[in-house]
Amino acid sequence: MAAKPKLYYFRGRGRMESIRWLLAAAGVEFDEVFLEKKEQFEKLEKDGRLLFGQVPLVEMDGMMLTQTRAILSYLAAKYNLYGKDLKERVRIDMYVDGTMDLMMMIMLTPFKPPEEKEENLALIVKKAKARYLPVFEKILKDHGEDFLVGNKFSWADVQLIEAILMMEEINASILSDFPLLKAFKTRISSIPTIKKFLQPGSQRKQPPDQHYVDTVKHVLQL
Amino acid sequence: MDSRPKLHYPNGRGRMESIRWALAAAGVEFDEEFLETREQLQRLQNGNHLLFQQVPMVEIDGMKLVQTRSILHYIAEKYHLFGSDLKEKTLIDMYVEGTLDLLEMIIMHPFLKPDDQQKEVVGMTQKAVLRYFPVFEKILRDHGQTFLVGNQLSLADVILLQTILALEEKVPHILTSFPYLQEFSVKISNIPTIRKFLEPGSKKKPPPDDSYVRTVYTLFAP
Repeated sequence: MAAKPKLYYFRGRGRMESIRWLLAAAGVEFDEVFLEKKEQFEKLEKDGRLLFGQVPLVEMDGMMLTQTRAILSYLAAKYNLYGKDLKERVRIDMYVDGTMDLMMMIMLTPFKPPEEKEENLALIVKKAKARYLPVFEKILKDHGEDFLVGNKFSWADVQLIEAILMMEEINASILSDFPLLKAFKTRISSIPTIKKFLQPGSQRKQPPDQHYVDTVKHVLQL
Repeated sequence: MDSRPKLHYPNGRGRMESIRWALAAAGVEFDEEFLETREQLQRLQNGNHLLFQQVPMVEIDGMKLVQTRSILHYIAEKYHLFGSDLKEKTLIDMYVEGTLDLLEMIIMHPFLKPDDQQKEVVGMTQKAVLRYFPVFEKILRDHGQTFLVGNQLSLADVILLQTILALEEKVPHILTSFPYLQEFSVKISNIPTIRKFLEPGSKKKPPPDDSYVRTVYTLFAP
């Protein structure tokens, strides 16, 4: 019987959070090893488990998977969240890539100088409202279906709801001009596996705080 | 009959160059529409041809594809540069993701302040020689095959060769300590489709110069 996937990362969101979301959405249980000391990271490197000396690392199916997008693509394919053909797959890829561009801005904010924080967050909100959210609102409007691609739950829906919830943490009314996205958020949140992940006690991580930033800098010797 | 793919981008390497490499390696002829003025870009944006208002954009198979990685995956999948099963595909993906991280430094280089550019060449050389090249050298040495994955040409080989050649333009002896990569570079360069792409008169773009940098600022500066 296959062992559960094992995730190696800091105890926080960062680049691993999208992987946690996708596993949870697929109803796959996983274990986590939290990196707190630089010696743990050095051991992973020395043991040759980090292809390019970086985390996230996911051990599953006899493989040491690194590179966030490669891991997510593998999970999407394995758990049937990647559409039914190449045309659906490329649409899912495009939507995910766009969403991840936005999320990357949010992910990097805690590591930037504190005096730039307000400005960064304002730019993120602006980009979200001008460039990204209208696109997804239009996609939902044009086909009138429940899910972004192929009338079926996919990785694109998981990535988008993760991004929406992160943005609402920055700006609670960010969806005020996007009624279909509001309905999308409600709908996706009530899918049983997602609902479970959104409950307290799940493996979903908290927004990054100073302790998280300090841990990352210590472990990676930044 | 399928019409040829059409690439929309400034007349230079940037993020489109990997896509030109992948199409060329697959033996696919393509057309290009070069963005030179802001008006051209705005026409694409206002006409809703760019999903997230950005280029690269590739018209192919009745779709307007954006997001470099999505486009590369589509080409790899369609033209059999993505391995023979999910495990090979995931390895290729991991290798490509890592290489693209290194290539990103090369892409951004012309846009750094002149004082920072020399320092960055040192930085990218270190990254290449300490983090990326040893990994690929070991992979090639361990399996003794010509190609990185599955004993056949894949996107991983193409993007790695692109990156090696781009680095060699700045640091001619960068492969000195990597005999397997030297051999790899020669062998992959001699594949007929790639050899053709490396000849004068192909659609391979020259290294970025001041004119290219000026065009990019004209098009994209806020």
